[in-house]
Amino acid sequence: MPILVKRLIAALAIVLLLIIVNQYMSEAGLFGFGVPPYYGRIIMLAGINVILAVSLNLITGFTGQFSIGHAGFMAVGAYSSAYLTVYYAQAWERSLGGLVGGTVAHALIFLLAILVGAIVAALAGLVVGIPSLRLRGDYLAIVTLGFAEIIRIVILNIDKVGGATGFTVPGYTNFLWVGIFAVATIVIVYNIVHSDMGRALVSIREDELAAEAMGINTTRYKVLSFVISSAMAGMAGVLFGHYTQFLSTNDFQFIRSFEIIIMIVLGGMGSLTGAILGALVITVMPELLRQLPGDFSQYRLVVYSALLIIIMLTRPQGILGTREFGLSWLKRSQKRTEGTKPVGEKGVSIAESDKE
Amino acid sequence: MDTFVQQLINGLTIGAIYALIALGYTMVYGILRLINFAHGDIYMVGAFVGYFLAFQLGFTGPSLMGLVVVLIGSMVIAALVGMAIERFAYRPIRKYARMTTLITAIGVSLLIENLFVARLGAAPRAFPQLLQEQSYTLFGNAAISKSQILIFAVSVFLMLLLQWIIFKTRVGTAMRAVSFNLNSAKLMGINTDVIISVTFALGSALAAAGGVLTAQYNPQIDPLMGIITGLKAFVAAVLGGIGNIPGAVLGGLLIGLAETFVVGYGQNVGVPTTFRDAVAFAILILVLLFRPTGLLGSSVQEKV
Repeated sequence: MPILVKRLIAALAIVLLLIIVNQYMSEAGLFGFGVPPYYGRIIMLAGINVILAVSLNLITGFTGQFSIGHAGFMAVGAYSSAYLTVYYAQAWERSLGGLVGGTVAHALIFLLAILVGAIVAALAGLVVGIPSLRLRGDYLAIVTLGFAEIIRIVILNIDKVGGATGFTVPGYTNFLWVGIFAVATIVIVYNIVHSDMGRALVSIREDELAAEAMGINTTRYKVLSFVISSAMAGMAGVLFGHYTQFLSTNDFQFIRSFEIIIMIVLGGMGSLTGAILGALVITVMPELLRQLPGDFSQYRLVVYSALLIIIMLTRPQGILGTREFGLSWLKRSQKRTEGTKPVGEKGVSIAESDKE
Repeated sequence: MDTFVQQLINGLTIGAIYALIALGYTMVYGILRLINFAHGDIYMVGAFVGYFLAFQLGFTGPSLMGLVVVLIGSMVIAALVGMAIERFAYRPIRKYARMTTLITAIGVSLLIENLFVARLGAAPRAFPQLLQEQSYTLFGNAAISKSQILIFAVSVFLMLLLQWIIFKTRVGTAMRAVSFNLNSAKLMGINTDVIISVTFALGSALAAAGGVLTAQYNPQIDPLMGIITGLKAFVAAVLGGIGNIPGAVLGGLLIGLAETFVVGYGQNVGVPTTFRDAVAFAILILVLLFRPTGLLGSSVQEKV
């Protein structure tokens, strides 16, 4: 069977699976069995966090550029698309609905919104990516953080998108959208990492000077990884906004960027499955801690942060390190994927401007 | 002109506080290359320790003795807290990738914040006024309050003291040696663990002083007060050139002034006062675009 056909079948199977799961996610459910809204919410947020973590992993885990401004790109995507859906979507949906039917029009409009969110976020990524040419390590980190905060405060001052009172957004997102885009993000990042571009990115992470000496256009690749990653974060923002149906700039404070960084470091930097695992752990852990008995429940977040420290102290390289979780694990094969080799014994050297 | 002088005084007051906190960031960074995100929370811990000390010791009204005792007491306790954080959270993973230490620092920061919120509630508390507040009119209509004079006096004193410790004492020499090269310092017989502890103690004490002083100027303290102040102090440290001690002071003062001027004059040029929190970052980005290692930072030549 040609590889293309194989892949098409795989894609169809995944979409079909997601459609079935999507049915369970609604309140009515399928065969009289549905996922309760509380769990549904956790699953949705987990999916969105997977997109964020996997996309940040491209910049920080694979390219080695330490960015703590991911929440900013998410905000750009969320607000730009919400502007579209709030002010124009209804009219467009009506006129388009006459041509292709309501459901398709609804889906097409949301697809357009996601595209707009991704493009605007990518442009923001370009603007932030350019200073990354001059800055290294911690200086880059603080500049990305600064950009994210500036973006947030600028949005706070735009009355058209609600300003400080928040912005009510129509609900478009359902599990199918989140699922498809989460899978798409993972597939895209996987393919990038395993392509010649991925090799270039990893070489920049390992040693930028050496990469440049080998003829890699480091500038181009760094900006490219920034732009791609921001576009994906923007998509996650679109999905997030149209799921919660309410946008407040408080959702995009720098603590949110930290949370995404925590996901990828916790899972293991430079590991795709690690990022996914980290996203799931960070989404589910605080919710699980709600089950703490009686008096302890007010210490939920204390236990959460203590657990975070304990995980980092006991597994400094992250849960998976730089390894990938997969079938090879079950076969107990210890062969490492090429290009994800850790530096020395101490884990991947990252954001290291001054090697000793 | 009067308002200009007034803004200048107010800006320098806030800037002095940022500078005190920024010193801790820059010292720890200089030695460990670690962004100690928990440092802003030490500032908050300092303010709260001062609050409880004042009530425990019965200093609820204006009293100079009370002020001195509360200030020194909270500096000492915060120094111990800083040393404990270093000992139990950072030292075990010092040899691992810096990203790991960074996440641990964020974890410690969250832990302190959440612990304080869980124990004390998030509502702000009124810090007892240990200083009889009084305003002195300078020339024109510009005025300086007693608490502002206190902030200037104490922060200048502490900065000079720090300068003396770093350049005139054996510990300070060792600190400079460690920040120059940790491994070589170790080979020269310096007990680097002790020096790192001392650095955390000094930085935390300065942050705690900042916390108590702020509480005299603006007597509202809450468990989350360290987040945004800490972040701006960190920006100040980077602006001045992280790892550079005069740079931290310069950066702190610049950011304090910039913030006050945005609030005071921004509206005249169409910048809303809500941009107060953004201006620190805007300046930082502009400066780093032209001087990638900050105002006073030395550029490190990359070697093959």
